[in-house]
Amino acid sequence: MASVEMKNIVKKYGDGFPAVNDVSLDIADGEFMILVGPSGCGKSTLLRMVVGLEDITSGDMIIGGTRVNDKAPRERNLSMVFQNYALYPHLSVFENIAFPLRLAKTPEAEVQEKVRAAADVLELHEHLDRKPANLSGGQRQRVAMGRAIVRDADAFLFDEPLSNLDAKLRGQMRTEIARLQRRLGITTIYVTHDQTEAMTLGDRVCVLRRGVIQQVASPRELYEQPVNLFVAGFIGSPPMNFLPAKLRNGTLATPFGDITLDPKRGADIGDRDLVLVGIRPEAFDDASLVDEAKKPYGSTFRARVDVTEWLGDSQFAYIPYEAPEEVVEQLKELSRELDSEALRTQAVVSIDSTSRIRAGREAEFWLDARKVHVFDPATGENLTRDSDAGAELTRLAEEQRAEEIDEARASGLTVEG
Amino acid sequence: MSAKERNWWIVAGVVIVLYALFPIAWIVSLSFKAPADIANGQFLPTVFTWANYSQILTGDAAALFLPALRNSFGICLIATFLACILSMFAAYAIARLDFKGKKLILSTALAVAIFPVISIVTPLFNLWRLIGLYDTWPGLIIPYLSLTLPLSIWTMSAFFREIPWEMEQAAQVDGATSWQAFRKVIVPLAAPGVFTTAILAFFLAWNDFVYGISLTSTSAARPVPAALGLFSGASQFEDPTGATAAAAVVVTIPVIILVLIFQRRIVSGLTNGAVKG
Ligand SMILES: Nc1ncnc2c1ncn2[C@@H]1O[C@H](COP(=O)(O)OP(=O)(O)OP(=O)(O)O)[C@@H](O)[C@H]1O
Ligand SMILES: [Mg+2]
Repeated sequence: MASVEMKNIVKKYGDGFPAVNDVSLDIADGEFMILVGPSGCGKSTLLRMVVGLEDITSGDMIIGGTRVNDKAPRERNLSMVFQNYALYPHLSVFENIAFPLRLAKTPEAEVQEKVRAAADVLELHEHLDRKPANLSGGQRQRVAMGRAIVRDADAFLFDEPLSNLDAKLRGQMRTEIARLQRRLGITTIYVTHDQTEAMTLGDRVCVLRRGVIQQVASPRELYEQPVNLFVAGFIGSPPMNFLPAKLRNGTLATPFGDITLDPKRGADIGDRDLVLVGIRPEAFDDASLVDEAKKPYGSTFRARVDVTEWLGDSQFAYIPYEAPEEVVEQLKELSRELDSEALRTQAVVSIDSTSRIRAGREAEFWLDARKVHVFDPATGENLTRDSDAGAELTRLAEEQRAEEIDEARASGLTVEG
Repeated sequence: MSAKERNWWIVAGVVIVLYALFPIAWIVSLSFKAPADIANGQFLPTVFTWANYSQILTGDAAALFLPALRNSFGICLIATFLACILSMFAAYAIARLDFKGKKLILSTALAVAIFPVISIVTPLFNLWRLIGLYDTWPGLIIPYLSLTLPLSIWTMSAFFREIPWEMEQAAQVDGATSWQAFRKVIVPLAAPGVFTTAILAFFLAWNDFVYGISLTSTSAARPVPAALGLFSGASQFEDPTGATAAAAVVVTIPVIILVLIFQRRIVSGLTNGAVKG
């Protein structure tokens, strides 16, 4: 096991385009790090530089305290699960898993024992003699993981390992991976562009945009204290709503009425003619269902609902609003970059599933002012970010994580014993 | 596909098969005919005889035919083997590496393949006599390589391109050197391609006539197709057609056996399951 440190890593491909630009990232021993970002932002490139399949243009890659820039993949002792699994079709499942051991000239008895142990963990026993071609997608995925865990690698690397599976299997394998990583406690770097995977698996998540790190933090911090418009828009589903507003004396004039920021957060922004207010769908609610005690922390407004979606356990309402031309342009730009469907100028609002609000009618909503963020439309910077609160969230996540690992170890589930 | 359409396909298939197999059937039937039957225009021999076979295998044509058979086998197998090994490395480089002159190699190979054999055979004849390669095995193996190599390089690089890059990268991450990755992952995956190429190359060399007749003079190196051509002088009183037909059948048999043996290895789809499509 080892930590992974990246110092000012730059990758330029032949055409001079920096696919990864000045990335510095410390991944602690045993940590589960997620790399996430829209397509083409350089996640795979970064991962392949860690494992040694891609040359590093400049910067230092340090694994377990040693600089590995010039080492071949096989000298780095990392194991990787590829997006399409890259199983060897001419070998049986057993031999696929045993492949790294065979290369290391491990004695036969030990190979048998280790492969059986890995097969136990992944429930692959009855398939050991079969060829990969005859397995289902989920089974192939497990074989690829078996090949990764069978030897004592310093770290696991995953490149979108679940993207080829259907939704149900993906959920299953996701918990499997989480369980496995906690058991083994091995440093893991995991590339994905799936929201759920990023939020549920990682100790920390690194959000990349065009080869540049935007923010590295626990999922909760990313969600509650994003550093900029990009992170705020990328994390969360349905995405955060961005409303144009005018800021005067700590009060935001939005299409949904005035929102008064608490003095602590509103004070240091000053007056501005145009800001973007970011409000998560769940910061809204049907005003008639909100506790009287909670009401003073937010504001209420009336609006006409365009569409409602009732999902049983939750309900969404879509509220259109007017926005100036320049804001519309910018939001379009942002949604294009985030690979999300073109945002119309409408807010997605989460309301209680018992709410009787109906499409086509006007209704009264309540909005929690404490959960509102204000962004500079030009730079995208989050003007209301509370970095202390953010750091606290990440610290809490780390504590919780340490407990979980202890628990997993204590319950005697470790593979190496 | 409707039933009617399928019937048409079957009919068309039968017609094509008959058209292709008829000359072969005719030769087989000829090889069993007695000399008196040869020109009678009937498909089946009136008297069924092994005489033609015994003539080429043990009779007076054996001295011409048997050494030729040995030469053909030896020369073609060596030429095929060399072509496969060389083109395997060339094709791997072409499929995997980025280097200057890649296009040049491929187009040169193509140019060599389409270059008419007949135009180089005369200079080669003179050159071989000068340096002592005339009427020797290497004297045929070298020109055969010029026939088989271009074809092998082209077919094999097509096969190598099909093998996902990630197979090899996965092997390297698993701890393999480049050579180990090539030997343990790429070669087994490329095996069907290698066999297909080997068979094509073997046929190409096996069927050669021009080099065989021009660059040999004795049974030291003369291959079967050339020897067949010389049967005409083997007998003064009898038409050699029957013997030639029998020899043609004998040389076709190894080809058929080869295809039958390797048929199962030429299964594509071996890479199924390597990656999720
Ligand atoms: N071999 C290459 N040559 C030139 N440019 C490349 C090469 N591979 C990747 N790139 C570029 O580098 C950038 C990052 O690519 P990368 O594959 O790391 O993206 P990614 O974040 O993994 O995207 P995805 O989510 O689609 O897998 C892209 O803009 C891509 O065009
Ligand atoms: Mg990728």
